[in-house]
Amino acid sequence: MSDWFSETENWAFLVIAVPMVLAAFRAVTSRNVVHSVLFLVVALAASAALFLLLGAEFVAWTVVLVYIGAVVVLFLFGIMITRAPLGTETQLSHNYQTKIGAALVSGALFALITVTTVRGFGDANLTARPTRADEIGQSMFERFVIPFEVVSVVLLAALIGGIVLARRDPVDGDEAVR
Amino acid sequence: MMISQFIIVGAALFSLGVYGVLTRRNAVLVLLSVELMLAAVNINFVAFDVYVNDQIAGGQIFSLFIIAVAAAEVGIGLAIVLLIFRNRHSANVDELDLMKL
Amino acid sequence: MLALLTNVNTLILATEEGGQAAEALSDGGTLASLAWLIPVVPMVAAFAIVFFGKRMPYKGWDIAIAVMGFEALYGTLLLLSHISSPIAKDFSVEIAKIGNMPIEWGWSVDGLSIMMYFVVGVVGFLVFVYAKGYMEGDVRFTWFFASFTLFAGGMLVLVSAPNFIQLIVGWELVGVASWLLIGHYWEEHENSSAAIKAFITNKVADVGLFVGAIMISMSVGSFRFSDVMHAIEGGAAEAPVLAQFAFWGGLALFIGAMGKSAQFPLHVWLPDAMAGPTPVSALMHAATMVTAGIYLIGRMFPLYAVEGFADEVRWVIIIVGALTLFLTGLIALVQDDIKKVLAYSTLSQLGYMMAAMGAGAYTAGLFHLFTHAFFKALLFLGAGSVIHSVHSNNMSDMGGLRKKMPQTFWTFVIGSAALAGIFPLAGFWSKDEILASFEYAGGHYTTAQGGAALGTAVLWIAIAGAFVTAFYMTRTVWLTFFGTYKGEAHPHESPKIMTYPLVGLAIGAAFFGLINMPGITEVFTDLVGGRAFAGFHDLEHHADGLNLVLAFVGTLAAGLGIYLGWRIWGPDRATQAERDTFRVNGLYPVLENKYYIDDFYMDGVIRPIRGPMARAVNWFNGHVLDFIVNGAGLLAKAVGRLVYWFDQRGLDAAINASGAATGAGGGALRLLQTGKVQQYAILIFAATVILVAGLVIWF
Repeated sequence: MSDWFSETENWAFLVIAVPMVLAAFRAVTSRNVVHSVLFLVVALAASAALFLLLGAEFVAWTVVLVYIGAVVVLFLFGIMITRAPLGTETQLSHNYQTKIGAALVSGALFALITVTTVRGFGDANLTARPTRADEIGQSMFERFVIPFEVVSVVLLAALIGGIVLARRDPVDGDEAVR
Repeated sequence: MMISQFIIVGAALFSLGVYGVLTRRNAVLVLLSVELMLAAVNINFVAFDVYVNDQIAGGQIFSLFIIAVAAAEVGIGLAIVLLIFRNRHSANVDELDLMKL
Repeated sequence: MLALLTNVNTLILATEEGGQAAEALSDGGTLASLAWLIPVVPMVAAFAIVFFGKRMPYKGWDIAIAVMGFEALYGTLLLLSHISSPIAKDFSVEIAKIGNMPIEWGWSVDGLSIMMYFVVGVVGFLVFVYAKGYMEGDVRFTWFFASFTLFAGGMLVLVSAPNFIQLIVGWELVGVASWLLIGHYWEEHENSSAAIKAFITNKVADVGLFVGAIMISMSVGSFRFSDVMHAIEGGAAEAPVLAQFAFWGGLALFIGAMGKSAQFPLHVWLPDAMAGPTPVSALMHAATMVTAGIYLIGRMFPLYAVEGFADEVRWVIIIVGALTLFLTGLIALVQDDIKKVLAYSTLSQLGYMMAAMGAGAYTAGLFHLFTHAFFKALLFLGAGSVIHSVHSNNMSDMGGLRKKMPQTFWTFVIGSAALAGIFPLAGFWSKDEILASFEYAGGHYTTAQGGAALGTAVLWIAIAGAFVTAFYMTRTVWLTFFGTYKGEAHPHESPKIMTYPLVGLAIGAAFFGLINMPGITEVFTDLVGGRAFAGFHDLEHHADGLNLVLAFVGTLAAGLGIYLGWRIWGPDRATQAERDTFRVNGLYPVLENKYYIDDFYMDGVIRPIRGPMARAVNWFNGHVLDFIVNGAGLLAKAVGRLVYWFDQRGLDAAINASGAATGAGGGALRLLQTGKVQQYAILIFAATVILVAGLVIWF
């Protein structure tokens, strides 16, 4: 155990992991909507840092670009449009009975996974492996080209679907939808 | 670095995401918690990819796919929330109980 | 035909061990193998007459007489063939099976059967000729001949039967024919009553026949007579089952014979049967049907003769025969109706035959059957001729007819003399042979003490019977043909069609006795006796010559009877009135009431059954049996109500409760469906955690 602390990587890991968990916790318990979103940003940024620690540079950068750059913005838009009560607001979460139940379930889940992992892997080590973008690209377009195409279709569908779902229906007499 | 520590971190994030899904009343915040869960999964995949030293970087590529799909899902999800909000003038999931017996 | 021939079954006696002096018995050739026609032709003809008779030129009589002519011819041919080379053969065709015992139809051609074929054929032919004249103008002429032909067929089935089943079929057929014919004039109620009385009395006796037939067949394992004879041949040691049942079986068979042959006390039907037309009385109740019982005992004679089987039954047979012989003869003395006289005379002669069988004289009994057929049929036809001309049965309406009806008179006298046993007519020889057998039995009765005394007693009874016979026949002849006519009709001789048969029968009555004069000709004995039962030794005793003492005593008794009759009823008496009122005060009422036997049957048997017993049985049926049946119904109803209650309260409650429980359960589970996604989600996650935890812990 003391070996673990002697390595620099592990310190770096701790510095990244702890804020991440804390931020995540705050994200789900905050009474302020915007605060929740911002805490999510912290968590996501921390996960990108973890990826860097592991040597997956391309994935880290993609997380920053897509997740933080696009998804979170989307969330903010969503909040605005649905007129979520901004600022501190009372009832963003359920009553405490629900909270206890949920806490139990999630706690049990966490315990389960942890125990299983520790029992399974024990002291297994890994070493960071810097992965270059061109390796990713190579693999993507050789081995995973079909899932790649499928995902692009999914994105297309989401694009079209989103537009279709969110537009206002034209009322008789109105002009055509913009 | 131990593989366990990454997985435990991933588990923590995932459990917090579950807690959020079960607890939050605002639909957007539920989606947010789902994003948290997906991020945890990503961490898992990449950690295992590095642990196994996958030559084709399957774990990393899959996490890319997850990111893409998550984005699509958020887009659609928010569109649906928007529609519900237009209908009911509230984004409270508590009030969406038309399916009850 | 080939099929019939391939099914032939040789009478075992023809081949067996009979080592001593048994001549080779032939199988009769074509004549015998075609003899199945003998019973079948009349049966078919009877139906033909029913369907086509009315359209025929002679209204059915033509078919009938053709059949009877055929029978007479065939019988005569068989007789001649048998005399030249004796035949003994059985033919049988299997038609069914009971368990292991086959039921067969067949025909037997041996001495006994041939004798019966001859009698039925010849006497029947003559009677049928006579009947055409007698029944002329009768409203049921065609039906009469159909029934009469049916009778002939049934009788021939009976005497040609090689097994018990067929015998019983024939027996019943003649019973039915008898009922039909006695009740021919059924417009008078008493005639149909007489027919029913005949049938019922016979039916009572038939119980014995059935029981006896079954006992004997079952103990031998076959219905065939030849198998029974074969079993007896071996002796009582070889056939223990038969020996065990032989006595009761033989006794039961004798009871059956008592009914058909009208032995005392089952004789009551025969006098009443005179209600039928005279040809019927002549053929059935004199010559043939009533002899069926004698024939049966004759057929089964080894059973009654060989020691260890049913020879003890002979005691019963001889006593019954002797009683019948004497008592019924006495009743004949007091009858006014001419047919009734002849009826009682027939009963008496049947008693002679049966007693002869009982004494072990098989040939004597059958010979008397043979001669009696001829002279009794003659007497009946003669009486019918008189009745036809005078239109009354009663002798008090007759008298002095000898000048007006000469042929009838002379033939009647010949018949009466034959009956009385006057030398050299037929009756003399046959009656003498019977007396000889009684005398032999008196000396040598096979079964021990008392036997000798019984034989001697029966001999004296028979001699007394001969006296009585002559006595009443003389009375009859005098009352009918002598003196002055007392009636109101115009008597005249009958037409030739009626008198020619009388002449024919008279010839038979006169001369047929000569075929069996002991010591001189033994045709009949050979015909029927030794060869039919070739496997048996010493079945009966035959005298070597004429027993002159007995012949003399018998003739003396008859002469005495004639003399007394002439004295009492002859024309020398002072006034007719006195003659007609001759009575013996103490005896006559008893005789006139026929020993009160009919009254006993009526009041002692029939009335109680009809009255109290029938009412008692009816009450039992209505109250006890019906009660049980109705009770079962009520019980079913009560059970039904109980089940209904249980179903309503019990089962339905249970089912309703299960339904209510399901509803309550559903109502409870419904609360889970809140419509709130997060609640579903929490349940899903919790369940997953638990499941996986379970898996992990387990492994």
